Amino acid sequence: MRILTGNDLKSGAVTWWTGSDWSLHVEDAVDVSGCEDETARREEASRRVNVPYAIDAELHDGKPRPAHIKDRVRALGPTVRPDLTLKPADPDIGNWVI
Amino acid sequence: MYLYDQYDQAMVDARVEEFRDQARRRLEGKLTEAQFTPLRLKNGLYLQLHAYMLRVAVPYGTLNSRQMHALADIADKYDRGYGHFTTRQNIQYNWIKLEEAADILADLAKVEMHAIQTSGNCIRNISSDHFAGAAKDELVDPRPYAELLRQWSSFHPEFNALPRKFKIAVIASDTDRAAMRLHDIGIHIVEHGGELGAAFYVGGGMGRTPMIAPCIKEFVPLYQLVTYTEACLRVYNREGRRDNKYKARIKILVHEMGAEAYTKAVDAEFEHMLGQGIEPPFAELERIRTFFQDPPFEEDANGEIDRSDPDFALWVDRNTVSHKTEGYASAVISLKPVGGIPGDATSDQMRLMADLAKAYSFDELRVMHTQNIVLPHVRKADLHTLWTALEEAGLGSPNLDTVEDIIACPGLDYCSLANARSIPVAQKISERFSASGKTEALGQLKLKISGCINACGHHHAGHIGILGVDRKGVENYQLLLGGSEAEDVSLAKITGPGFDEAGIVDAVETAADVYLREREDGERFLDTYRRIGMNPFKEALYG
Repeated sequence: MRILTGNDLKSGAVTWWTGSDWSLHVEDAVDVSGCEDETARREEASRRVNVPYAIDAELHDGKPRPAHIKDRVRALGPTVRPDLTLKPADPDIGNWVI
Repeated sequence: MYLYDQYDQAMVDARVEEFRDQARRRLEGKLTEAQFTPLRLKNGLYLQLHAYMLRVAVPYGTLNSRQMHALADIADKYDRGYGHFTTRQNIQYNWIKLEEAADILADLAKVEMHAIQTSGNCIRNISSDHFAGAAKDELVDPRPYAELLRQWSSFHPEFNALPRKFKIAVIASDTDRAAMRLHDIGIHIVEHGGELGAAFYVGGGMGRTPMIAPCIKEFVPLYQLVTYTEACLRVYNREGRRDNKYKARIKILVHEMGAEAYTKAVDAEFEHMLGQGIEPPFAELERIRTFFQDPPFEEDANGEIDRSDPDFALWVDRNTVSHKTEGYASAVISLKPVGGIPGDATSDQMRLMADLAKAYSFDELRVMHTQNIVLPHVRKADLHTLWTALEEAGLGSPNLDTVEDIIACPGLDYCSLANARSIPVAQKISERFSASGKTEALGQLKLKISGCINACGHHHAGHIGILGVDRKGVENYQLLLGGSEAEDVSLAKITGPGFDEAGIVDAVETAADVYLREREDGERFLDTYRRIGMNPFKEALYG
């Protein structure tokens, strides 16, 4: 599957396209295969997100997981600072990245 | 240290307001990201993996306590309570919001700081010896010359769009503590026949094509320092490649032209420029020098240190350095606790370091390119009090220049260019050696880790270097041996096939064990490697 990501224009936070809005959580991302360029152009023009682009992902426990480690680090946060990730209370979240 | 005059302050204040307007226009959609990117980069604002990242310039690594307090306040007010000290003697914040970036620059301007020219194809922050003004072996304090070059290079219109970024280092001792020959221009202040001058080394660098700068001029009188530097830049700006960013650094130009031909071109440009009045008036250099006078050292400061506490004695042995003035020492505050993130400091730690600098080091701190902090002028009588305060704050690790004092770039945990994570590897290595108890036996062993070929972690210059690469989407680590950034400069060589994360930690220990087995009296790791060569290490690593 292909999912669309970018950084929030104001905050710089990593965001994921849900089909109708942007979410901080990659598990909310939807498959944009076939419409990724059009969606990216439209959303960039709306100034909510900075330079959106599509990446490869696969379903993992029924939810999207980016195919490349760099995008998984983006989705979670720095692996060396679990307290600053989106899931600070999950002790096993590092396994999801690696 | 240098203090802004009204011109410096006016320039920085104007730049803040200019950027505030640019950011506003971007947020309102009047600028596209493509239009805005070069503008934000000129103000040190990157877009990294998780958020915007702001790189703040610390000229030649020198800070006062007021500035360090301001950096701590920025970490709390605009970021997540910490900052990362870099291999360019700067500090970076990882969680910046665009809508607040101009406010941060305004806060920096209030303490005579900025983020100008910390990115982009321009002359970057001038770096220098972190012990400048304190070192026993220096000829003169190199910082007035670094400051002169900082002023010359700031907003220099001719060098605002160079083929690539440009880095200059200035030192004034035979011991090189600034990786001088791995810079685009390395300037070594020397003395010939009673006159001070500068030896110019041009065309060094790390990155994907590491090169050691050759000496192109052994002596340029200091009253021609800026003119000769400008001649070096002019030839590069004119002849440097712009068709391929990977071949655009000056090292490629010097290599392709040959050092002799490049020098000839520079000398011709220099002769041409001598008649044009490029050089700032000597009075300006004298004015700058007045900011770098010695602080009022006590003439009869007690040079005795009570070493009855073994932990303190170990820290003194490892983390303090001889000072030019009897009764004083330079103290290195390690930002490398075992298992910690190299170069990171919390806002509370920054405030403590600032307060300790004010109390015990004439209000001065230095950022080292090895990602530690120096208090340059501490009375030996105050060292125990200083160490006690550092210990309580987790800043008392006694590991300067040991295998636990690892340089590591932010790597894939933060950097959009990285291919592999650097920090977890550094953490595991420091934990491994701390637990094994081998650190003391290994002595000086400089270990440097980069998460990609850009080499921000200086892996080419490590006695042991590690380069993270992406092998089909999986992190992989190459091991390098034999590098040095010091006066015995050399480039490390790759041992062979790479390792996974666990494997690279084992590999470093294996290499260290070869050294322990093979070393002769007084040899450092690097000395043994140079004597016995790569083969014994390869045999131990790969069988």
